[in-house]
Amino acid sequence: MSTTTETAIQELADRKYKYGFTTDIPMEAFPRGLSADIVRLISAKKGEPDWLLAWRLKAYEAWLRMEEPHWARIQHPPIDYQSLYYYAAPAKPAPKSLDEVDPELLKTYEKLGIPLNERAALAGVAVDAVFDSVSVATTFRETLAKAGVIFCPISEAVREHPELVRAYLGSVVPAGDNYFAALNSAVFSDGSFVFVPKGVRCPMELSTYFRINARNTGQFEHTLIIAEEGASVSYLEGCTAPMRDENQLHAAVVELVALDEAKIKYSTVQNWYPGDAEGRGGIYNFVTKRGACRGRNSKISWTQVETGSAITWKYPSCILQGEGSVGEFYSVAVTNHHQQADTGTKMIHIGRNTTSTIVSKGISAGRSNNTYRGLVKILPGAAGARNFTQCDSLLIGNECGAHTVPYIESRNASAKVEHEATTSKIAEDQLFYCRSRGLSEEDAVGLIVNGFCREVLKELPMEFAVEAQKLLAVSLEGSVG
Amino acid sequence: MTALPTRKLEAWHYTDLRPLAAISFAPPPAAMAAPDLPGLPFPRLVFLNGTLNAALSARLAYARPFLAPVAAEAEQQPLAQINAAETRDGINLDIPAGAQAGEILLVSQAAGPQPFAFHLRHRIRLGAGARLTLVELAEGEGVYWHNAVFDIALAEGARLQHFRLQRESGEAFHTATLRADARAGAAYEHFTLTLGARLSRTEIEANLLGPAATAHLNSAQLLDGAQHGDFTTAIRHKAPDCPSRQTVKSVLAGHAHGVFQGRIEVDRVAQKTDGYQMSQALLLSQGAEMDIKPELQIFADDVKCSHGATLGALDAEQLFYLRARGIPEAAARQMLIRAFLEEALEPVTHDASREWFEAALERWWRRR
Repeated sequence: MSTTTETAIQELADRKYKYGFTTDIPMEAFPRGLSADIVRLISAKKGEPDWLLAWRLKAYEAWLRMEEPHWARIQHPPIDYQSLYYYAAPAKPAPKSLDEVDPELLKTYEKLGIPLNERAALAGVAVDAVFDSVSVATTFRETLAKAGVIFCPISEAVREHPELVRAYLGSVVPAGDNYFAALNSAVFSDGSFVFVPKGVRCPMELSTYFRINARNTGQFEHTLIIAEEGASVSYLEGCTAPMRDENQLHAAVVELVALDEAKIKYSTVQNWYPGDAEGRGGIYNFVTKRGACRGRNSKISWTQVETGSAITWKYPSCILQGEGSVGEFYSVAVTNHHQQADTGTKMIHIGRNTTSTIVSKGISAGRSNNTYRGLVKILPGAAGARNFTQCDSLLIGNECGAHTVPYIESRNASAKVEHEATTSKIAEDQLFYCRSRGLSEEDAVGLIVNGFCREVLKELPMEFAVEAQKLLAVSLEGSVG
Repeated sequence: MTALPTRKLEAWHYTDLRPLAAISFAPPPAAMAAPDLPGLPFPRLVFLNGTLNAALSARLAYARPFLAPVAAEAEQQPLAQINAAETRDGINLDIPAGAQAGEILLVSQAAGPQPFAFHLRHRIRLGAGARLTLVELAEGEGVYWHNAVFDIALAEGARLQHFRLQRESGEAFHTATLRADARAGAAYEHFTLTLGARLSRTEIEANLLGPAATAHLNSAQLLDGAQHGDFTTAIRHKAPDCPSRQTVKSVLAGHAHGVFQGRIEVDRVAQKTDGYQMSQALLLSQGAEMDIKPELQIFADDVKCSHGATLGALDAEQLFYLRARGIPEAAARQMLIRAFLEEALEPVTHDASREWFEAALERWWRRR
């Protein structure tokens, strides 16, 4: 490659993470460390009922007995759970309406491209903005309420709709499900709550924007989405964090419940700070996401574009219980520099004629490691079940790693499972073709990568698809040559 | 004795050795009466209850005395460790450079009044450019545990064709751990047909150590009743330009449980690797179970690696097509299953061996 291209690439590589700024506002934080008292403090701060405190304490006790999992292909120094802050929030009391939101916060979200002012907002997208441990604003609430849709911070849902929260919280991801889910269940401070009643088609896209700001804090949000019979909803989440030299922990839990004929589409564009080119700093993204297709012909679809985080450990899954239910998982995971991703899905086929589709695209560059890990399990009752899985990996440079670890288990003779995986590099002839038409090497790689990911990107809602394509290009900057 | 591996170990997630652990095995009894030996026209090496029977075996110029392994602690896998501690016998072949060693038939037969275990340890060395076809049969009656280890080393340009027929007694346990090192241009071509044993596991580790070394690891397993069959492989590409091929087919009837775990590892230096793996399973009855874990672990960028896996029943349309042409259902099913297995049998190019494997498949079908 010519020296000019090399310089150009170097410049691009040195370009800063766009969302790496910090917001300077007065914060309230609890003392460092985790104990039963901290759990009680969080619960008291939120004014929670006794049953929820008991649930948290049970999770905390379970967490104490558990060991951090080590089976994933990720490496990191031991996490000192006692050095983290488990609760940090803007010090001002929670705003009653958008007009009362701290202007400093509004500015922050505007800088992130998420205007919270309803007039300026993306038409047709309602946003819940979560800043460190709390939700700071939720837009379009009245419009949604008219349709009967509840969209609010989960802490508010606990107060306003306790019967709903109690009925579904922990029903998909039990408090003691795994190490990070147990930790989350003990200390979660906020997250979104969505309830779409029977027969309602949610009139707009719902979205949560997660922002980590405070230093040394963990972010632990718990999101719960329920779609009743015949309801449908599309939900998006986006995430960013400031650039810092130390690692920060993000351990979220997401639970989805779809009843008869209900549809939930959950899209993620994850762009937590990935650390610098030498692997310093970045977010540890250890997330448990699971959806239960409880009803007949229900459908849950996960789409994720994972470009950020120093480490991603995440397996959005579907429990296909209802007859004819459908699970989908579309994923693009990009790792560059020293990033590590171990991500994939689980499709558990329980009901008859359940179907699932998995399309996973992994791109590794720099010195990163990218692993697809997935499970397709067909239980004896899942007659006529069907799965199709495709996992493709692309390697850019010879110091990275791409790994595929699928588990396929079938216990029903009438089920049909197909899996294919390929690993390759960007073909020289494709690059040459683009270059000879005047595209720079960087643009050519961007174009080819976008083509490689097309099947996944087309699943994203439009506003996010554009964003995601840009993000892919930025994540891979400096990786060619 | 080293403890048997448990399902807590990732490599043993799908194979539970508790039925094996539950049995106390005695040392092997003295050999039985004159056995029935296969009619293959190759020089034979015959092991009865784990001991070489000189009277039934050919005297081969290449055969060396049995070589006891070094310390068991040096072994990584638990079963190989047990083998190293307990082994009493095994073949030790040293084929000099350039030698065309033809075919050798390796037979293990076992039978005894009480459960017993034997741990054969085979060592096979091929010098540069040497060639050998090793055909292997493991069979027997009653309850026993046949735990074999193969250490195979192929020098530059050597080629070993290794075809194995496992039709142990339906009450037996069969475990085999094979390690093959292939230097530049060497080829290890393997096929295992698993028909017997209550529980079996064939674990192969092929190391491609020089440019253009190749490994071809194929397997077919036909299981019925409550049989458990596990085929586990790891191909390590440690040099550039090495192709590897794997085709694994499982046919499961009754409540049989089939397992395939296959890992392709590509080191940083192994550019231009071409790795291909296909595993397919036919579930013929409700109650059968198949678990597949194909794994790619890749650290080089200029490679082409792929794996595919399919699981399902016999294609109803294909059956209908044949039946519409007047072929009875049973014959149509057999025809489709035979066609399904074809690709796995590919490495068995040797005529006499090929016929022998075909006959074994035929016999399995008739027995059902």
